[in-house]
Amino acid sequence: MGLGQILAKRIGYGLILLIAVVVLNFTLITIAPGDVADSIAGDMGGADAEVLAEIRSRYGLDQPFAVQLGRYISSIAALDLGYSYFYNAPVTELILQRLPATLLLVFSSQILAIAVGLLLGVMAARKPNSFTNLIVTFLSLFGFAAPVFWTGILLIILFVAIWPVFPVGGMMSALLIDAPWYEQWVNIAYHLVLPMVTLASIYLALYSRLTRASMQEVLGSDYVRTARAKGLAENKVFYKHALKNSLGPLVTVAGLQFSAVISGAVVVEAVFSWPGLGTLALQSILARDTPTIMGILFFSSLVVIVVNILTDMALRMIDPRIRAD
Amino acid sequence: MSDPLLAVSDLVVDFKTRAGNARVLDHISLSVNEGEILGIVGESGCGKSMTALSIMGLIPDPPGKITSGSIKLSGQELVGMGVDDLCKIRGKDIGMIFQEPMTSLNPVFTVGEQIAESVRLHEGASAKAAHARAVDMLEAVEIPEAATRAHAYPYQLSGGMRQRVMIAMALACRPRVLIADEPTTALDTTVQAQIFDLLQNLQDEMGTAIIMITHDMGAIAELADNVAVMYAGSIVEMGKVDNVLSHPDHTYTKGLIACVPHLSTSPGPVRERLMEIEGVVPALTDLGKGCAFAPRCNAVLPRCSSDKPELIATQENHLAACWAAEAEMAE
Amino acid sequence: MSDINTQTKDIIDIQATSSLREMTTMFFRNYAAVAGLILLITILLFVFVGPLVHTTDPFEMVWAPFTMPMQEGFILGTDYLGRDILSAMMAGGQVSLAIGLAAALVSIIIGVSVGAFAGYYGGLVEELLMRFTEFFQVLPTLLFSMVIVALFGASLLTVTLAIGVVSWTAVARVTRSEFLRIREMEYVAAARSGSARDLYLIFKVILPNALPPIVVQANLMVGSAILFEAALSFLGLSDPNVMSWGQVIGSNRPYILDAGFAVAIPGFAIFLTVLAISLVGDGLNDALNPKLRQR
Repeated sequence: MGLGQILAKRIGYGLILLIAVVVLNFTLITIAPGDVADSIAGDMGGADAEVLAEIRSRYGLDQPFAVQLGRYISSIAALDLGYSYFYNAPVTELILQRLPATLLLVFSSQILAIAVGLLLGVMAARKPNSFTNLIVTFLSLFGFAAPVFWTGILLIILFVAIWPVFPVGGMMSALLIDAPWYEQWVNIAYHLVLPMVTLASIYLALYSRLTRASMQEVLGSDYVRTARAKGLAENKVFYKHALKNSLGPLVTVAGLQFSAVISGAVVVEAVFSWPGLGTLALQSILARDTPTIMGILFFSSLVVIVVNILTDMALRMIDPRIRAD
Repeated sequence: MSDPLLAVSDLVVDFKTRAGNARVLDHISLSVNEGEILGIVGESGCGKSMTALSIMGLIPDPPGKITSGSIKLSGQELVGMGVDDLCKIRGKDIGMIFQEPMTSLNPVFTVGEQIAESVRLHEGASAKAAHARAVDMLEAVEIPEAATRAHAYPYQLSGGMRQRVMIAMALACRPRVLIADEPTTALDTTVQAQIFDLLQNLQDEMGTAIIMITHDMGAIAELADNVAVMYAGSIVEMGKVDNVLSHPDHTYTKGLIACVPHLSTSPGPVRERLMEIEGVVPALTDLGKGCAFAPRCNAVLPRCSSDKPELIATQENHLAACWAAEAEMAE
Repeated sequence: MSDINTQTKDIIDIQATSSLREMTTMFFRNYAAVAGLILLITILLFVFVGPLVHTTDPFEMVWAPFTMPMQEGFILGTDYLGRDILSAMMAGGQVSLAIGLAAALVSIIIGVSVGAFAGYYGGLVEELLMRFTEFFQVLPTLLFSMVIVALFGASLLTVTLAIGVVSWTAVARVTRSEFLRIREMEYVAAARSGSARDLYLIFKVILPNALPPIVVQANLMVGSAILFEAALSFLGLSDPNVMSWGQVIGSNRPYILDAGFAVAIPGFAIFLTVLAISLVGDGLNDALNPKLRQR
């Protein structure tokens, strides 16, 4: 089977998963106490039974479950996730506005975690008795045990009170709203540092430990001895022959973790007032803005599915044995 | 007489283990000249592979360490040489084939790349030239459709094919010495014969000196010029192959030969019961003062358990370290 | 038939008892694990015995807000409402630990059932159950449980269920792969040929032997459930009438620049607890995993 065929198959399967997510979402809304009509009425400051019934029939809430579900799915297929009465805007628009900020946070923190985790893991595997190895052990314990919001808050305290070099909230200074794009970008990068480091801290720990373990295993393998017997310098043995073999587990775990990363981003966004999907989700949950909540759940599942497909493809690139399956 | 191509003398290698110090190589001396094949035989764990790794400078350190002795390649000392300089010799002047073709090739690179890598490294060849050499080498080791197979990954090849790739890799830079560490152990019998033939042909062509580590006495008889028999980290008998096989002096060598039916000097039907040497190779941490083989020897003398025998010339071009052989000679 | 079953059971029991002592020695030889165990016991004593000694009501306003630790007789200071943080740590710890345990239990029950049936039956059952698991892996866990809590209201029960329902997938995977391995073993074949019922085989024959990795995973689940609860409370999605460590952090969060300690202290408590649990978990893993035991 060619890569193209596998990709097509994965995408088809991803679509099925996505529909399942939509069905689950919709079922949850339906069985939960209170419905959209109640929340609209709530926004209007209360309404009597007649008005409620009218709203229900206008939004098709009086139809049978299957009919409502069918409508919901077909409107989502047209990328229409409904209308937010809380924000007075289409949900799709709201989400697309906030999505870039979340993607920036999530991907930059993952890149940071993978890059530093790999480096630390390789260094620790190379010298088992070194200081780096101790750091990796310490980091992996800290990364798992420290609540991510606590890490963030400690960083805020540190960078406000003790060493005020990085901004601790928001994404861009309001003063730069009319500034040229490059000034805005620099400012965003500046704001990104702390949220990125906070979110990366969990995964940095995981990845460095994982890399160390798989490098240690690979370094004892016969083909690493062959590479040495060929006369390759140690750096080449490590960074070419051993590393490429250790990447497989790392990529697999990074892909599997992605939905957890988005969860982490929700908390980090709340800590640093980062205007992404997480903040939007929290606000709409507190406001009981159901269409927006469901839209966010749908979109974040979509992102996870896309990342899973990309991970699968990356694994096939790295390891020819998987490619053949 | 000029220096031999590769000369190992009085090599001692120690391993630090939890059970104490293990002397895995105890004053090993051997040499091989251009165009010669030296066979090293013995049971598993007697130091054959360790000898090979020492020559390559690949002893895992820690826990292993060359305690004393010398390894000279055309007079150039390898023991104590810096890693950078050693890297220039490994793969270029000395090539090595390992016993596990299934796991000795890197699974994520094509076999062509794994051969070409060595050529680029040692000869500074361009990517294209190195690839062309890789294909040539695959042809030389008689892999059909070499140009296509160069793009194959190891998992796509059979064990015999992979071992051919290993040989191609080891010979890609035309090394002066090739160390083959049990190159056929993991392979089917028919494939074993093919690999031995291949090594023989390549050796005729290139004039490479080969150190062949094996426990296959048949292969030794067929290919090697000289043979060294190892037991518990020491060489116990060494000499011209014909002579050692037909007139072994050490009880251990006699036992090894008796283990191989068609080489057996004793008359009788070919399908006679295969002989075994009773007992096992002792742990290297608790070797006594005497001959390490004494507990298993069937011709043991009183002094065997108290004094360790040295290698002495028992016949022309033939050394053995055995009190029984020495006593016999004296008679 | 019953003969075979009792025999099998004997064999299993013998295996279990002979290695139990070995595992215990193994565990206690691991300094980090023992340190984790001591830390965990200390935390449990603090949380459950502490209130008997330190009887201040955690909800009562006892002094001026934001009294620094070690001042005016308040060892850990007071929060934004002037409540004693030491009392809050004890009361909150009970809730955090209880939710952590209960939620982990929920996720273990779901995960073990799904994994056991998938691994035991194989074929279509396995395919469907593993697809189901994959589906839950796609949903961002925290977002999903936020939605559940938002839709069904924030009570201890919904929070516990919301955490349990989203975090069982790892348990299911571990259980399934253990079942796949053990299913092929001789004593299972023996019990099966004795025509034992499926449920008996799953829960009495295979599960006891599949336990070591599940125990390790379960231990990790308790830690991550505590973190999960803390994150939910921090975001304001927990029962406002119940005090937990996460809630102390969440309610004091607006004042971090005035009184960082009110946030740092409960955070540190969570950190220590999860650290202790994961150290014990690592120790258990080394003691229970025979492959590692050789090293």
